[in-house]
Amino acid sequence: MNILAGRLRRMAALLGLFTLLLARPQPLWAQWNDPYPQRDSGRNILYAAFTERPKRLDPAQAYSSDEYTIISQIYEPPFEYQYLLRPYTLVPLTARAIPKPVYLDSKGRRLPADAPADRIAYSVYTIHIRHGILYQPSPCFARNASGQYLYQSLTAAQLRGIRTLSGFRHTGTRELVAADYVYEIKRLASPWVQSPLFSVLRHYIVGFKRFARTVGHLRATLPRVDGRPPYIDLAQVPMVGVKVLGRYTYSIEVRGKYPQFLYWMAMPFFAPMPPEAAHFFSQPGMARRDLTLDWYAVGTGPYMLTVNNPAREMVLQRNPNYHPDFYPRRGDSSDVKDGLLKDAGMRLPFINRVVFIRERETIPYWDKFMQGYYDESGVSAESFNQVVQYSPGGQAQLTPAMRARGIRLVTSTAPSIMYYGFNMLDPVVGGYSRRSRLLRRAISIAINTRQYILIFRNGRGIPAQSPLPPGIFGYQPGCAGRDPYVYDCVDGRIRRKPIAVARRLLAEAGYPDGRDQRTGKPLLLYYDTPETGPEAKANMDWMRKQFRKLNIQLVIRSTDYNRFQQKMRQGEEQIFSWGWNADYPDPEDFLMLLYGPNSEVKFNGENSANYNDPEFNRLFNEMRNMNNGPARAAIIRRMVSLVQRDAPWVWGYYPVSYLLRQAWVHNVKPNYMATNNLKYLRLDPALRARDRKAWNRPVVWPLWVIAALLVAVMLPAVLVYRQKERKSPL
Amino acid sequence: MIRYIIRRLLYAIPILVGVNVLTFALFFFVNTPNDMARFHLGIKRVTPQAITEWKIEHGYNDPLFYNARAPGIDKLTRTIFFQHSVKLLVFDFGQSDSGRDIGYDIRQRMWPSLAIQVPTFVVGLAVYISVALMTVFFRGTYLDLGGVILAVVMMSISMLFYVIGGQYLFSKVLRLVPISGYDTGLSAFKFVVLPVVLGIVSGIGASMRLYRTFFLEEAPRDYVRTARAKGLSEIRVLFRHVLKNAMIPILTGVVVVIPTLFIGGLIMESFFGIPGLGAYTIDAVRSQDFGIVHAMVYLGAVLYIVGLIMTDLAYTLVDPRVRLE
Repeated sequence: MNILAGRLRRMAALLGLFTLLLARPQPLWAQWNDPYPQRDSGRNILYAAFTERPKRLDPAQAYSSDEYTIISQIYEPPFEYQYLLRPYTLVPLTARAIPKPVYLDSKGRRLPADAPADRIAYSVYTIHIRHGILYQPSPCFARNASGQYLYQSLTAAQLRGIRTLSGFRHTGTRELVAADYVYEIKRLASPWVQSPLFSVLRHYIVGFKRFARTVGHLRATLPRVDGRPPYIDLAQVPMVGVKVLGRYTYSIEVRGKYPQFLYWMAMPFFAPMPPEAAHFFSQPGMARRDLTLDWYAVGTGPYMLTVNNPAREMVLQRNPNYHPDFYPRRGDSSDVKDGLLKDAGMRLPFINRVVFIRERETIPYWDKFMQGYYDESGVSAESFNQVVQYSPGGQAQLTPAMRARGIRLVTSTAPSIMYYGFNMLDPVVGGYSRRSRLLRRAISIAINTRQYILIFRNGRGIPAQSPLPPGIFGYQPGCAGRDPYVYDCVDGRIRRKPIAVARRLLAEAGYPDGRDQRTGKPLLLYYDTPETGPEAKANMDWMRKQFRKLNIQLVIRSTDYNRFQQKMRQGEEQIFSWGWNADYPDPEDFLMLLYGPNSEVKFNGENSANYNDPEFNRLFNEMRNMNNGPARAAIIRRMVSLVQRDAPWVWGYYPVSYLLRQAWVHNVKPNYMATNNLKYLRLDPALRARDRKAWNRPVVWPLWVIAALLVAVMLPAVLVYRQKERKSPL
Repeated sequence: MIRYIIRRLLYAIPILVGVNVLTFALFFFVNTPNDMARFHLGIKRVTPQAITEWKIEHGYNDPLFYNARAPGIDKLTRTIFFQHSVKLLVFDFGQSDSGRDIGYDIRQRMWPSLAIQVPTFVVGLAVYISVALMTVFFRGTYLDLGGVILAVVMMSISMLFYVIGGQYLFSKVLRLVPISGYDTGLSAFKFVVLPVVLGIVSGIGASMRLYRTFFLEEAPRDYVRTARAKGLSEIRVLFRHVLKNAMIPILTGVVVVIPTLFIGGLIMESFFGIPGLGAYTIDAVRSQDFGIVHAMVYLGAVLYIVGLIMTDLAYTLVDPRVRLE
């Protein structure tokens, strides 16, 4: 009895303490559910989330959008995309101007700017970079009073106890020079760096392949240090086509005419890499301590990575050495109305710190956005109806509840395409005979992509008509750009052909009512997909239903991603779904997906359908080197008509992206090419603090209800206990 | 007892080798080194040369178990299995496929896992035992019946429901704690309180039912009747006598869990954004990082074996009749 009484007394004391805490005039936290430190409240910090850890931060290797979200704010290639203008336009970043290539013939003689592409043997790009640009503070630049590097000859004793870059007491900086850009191009050619751009640049930059062989041989023959391959000073190994012409000038010699090369140079692959950084991180013992270029970036950009803990958060802090950079003064006509030019000419960046929090699940991410703890969010399928409603005209708009919070919706069509492909090497669906063409066209009509977009993407997509998405030169909107084999133009609107047309085409192909005329057997087709699980099942059921319209039996071969890729490489698939995001805003980047010498099976390329039409290939070679203009547009139209005729893809859809931003975030304009967009964003931290406070007042009374319920449950127990204790045990 | 422990540790060696072989076989049955290279290098523009370079760089260019081209003993030692397993046996976890020091990462990430797991375990155990003893005290009454029904209901609900429901109620509707996230030091309190409470609540049903059974077996024994006859209060009888004698079956399930606490909880860490070892393992599986998967499976096996030995030792502490020979 005493024990119970003691317990009850302790419980009462705890309850009292709890009451005191709840009754405080000032709660323990401003908002109890605030996931951020109190000291950061009201500060100029942008909060964003990431779901997957960026695999690589080395600019020579990084290639995915989640990696670019981080490194594009740190590393600066010579050019960037103008933030507001459409179509996408290159402007200088660290360069003084966009260079005009000098064309040379095979004997090295200069050619005029309008020389025909077949006469141009080499294009030389000379880039002049701006003076006075400094790197972010980094220990790799730290020097002592006599000018010697402090951390470029580290000993084991100096490294003892150091696990992060902040373990080095001193930092330094230095001016950006042309040699840093050349150094990075040499890194792209170094086989051990494994840059994805190697496969592209080896065909273009003069001396690239030879350089790769030379440094590869050097690395293999020199003795290993600390069990690791030796450091090779790439600056000492020349690359014929890439030269330092002065402290601020370098040149790149490219084979033939390749206008797309400038686009590559606007990507982080071509950002400068100081040799000091490469050497600093290559020292013995550094990799074992996770001190690598893949983990710690050293750049000249507006931000520097100060916390890299992808298990929890990654923090970008304003680079104190950032060079003068200003918000653009020019924009599209709608930008003034949207308030995107209010900050024209203002010094960048606006935000002091960007905190990326790891959110593995969508529910917590969305709930925190709704509480004001994230500044931007996408719209997940689960919350779509809560967020978006369509106007009678079919326009997407926010629900009243979202508008009341001041949240704004930004929609944009991505320069991407999702498609269903036919393996052109397959004996049934592939090939270039009339029979196979008609079969593919019939299937193209049967697969109702508009319905797919409505069911599985909440309407966020545009049915594709060709490989070229909106925003890419050569894209034709409306009826003019429709695929005439799949769509009709009715009253100026694109409409899918009736299923009866597909059935007729199928019969003409020799499969009346879905049976092979020659054998009498039902037509059986295979669809390969890496999707598995319950979510994929609905998708598969829908796909089967599309084929059932033609009485075609569809077998879905769902495998893991590795096996799927293997099938694609070996040409074992029949029908598959795939997608492509633009590397740069040029039709070449999409049309190469159907270029014969780029076939996946034969050449390990990106042409997964293995489409190979000689006429298309010839036109592609002609088009790829041309500048945008009527002649190029005409060739693109011809190429598009060829692939529409042959139907190697069911065109699928162009994804439309919905981005939500809080009322306190300004200057948001989706730019799929400019990945260094954080410097343009501006916040109103005071408004955010006010809204957060209003949205997150803790609701305490249910705790009292829970406590009362507990008491109500405990009370009879106590009474029964007392009763039992009073009774005689016998 | 020392001899017993040594013998158990020696028994562990073939088990650990077996775990190693199984992990290897299962992992490489699903993923080839080429697949791993492709995964790490990305989807776009990956050349066969880059794949070869990646495999050389990460030690996946040799055959898996048997190198027919190598001379002599190298046939067995110049293999992926040997190169990746020998160091592991001496707890040198090496580097992950993304180049990180696995040992360091484990040391860093065990603390967030422990911050959730230890309070859930300790407080949970106390709550489960107390609740089970209370139902035993009220056995045969409506309170007992109600408790058992409630326990069955609670154990029938998925853990995920507790997590999502808890987040919805306490974080979203009542706004009492952050929905997810983590911080170090005392600031971690507001992040761990909800996962700990939910962890405890979600375990009440199953644990209460189990422990109640153990206690009910002890309740009619003679020593309990004797204790009552001496005039001890029912609380004292239950907590001092019944509990002590029911410890052996309880310890069987409990002690073995202690060393594995730091491996963390997969669902909890994922939903609450806790950067612990559970999330670490999940990430490694998703990213086909063999180095981490191998290390974590091995560590799990070692800890489980340690847990079993500790359980045996604990028997001798609670029951003097038990002798380890």
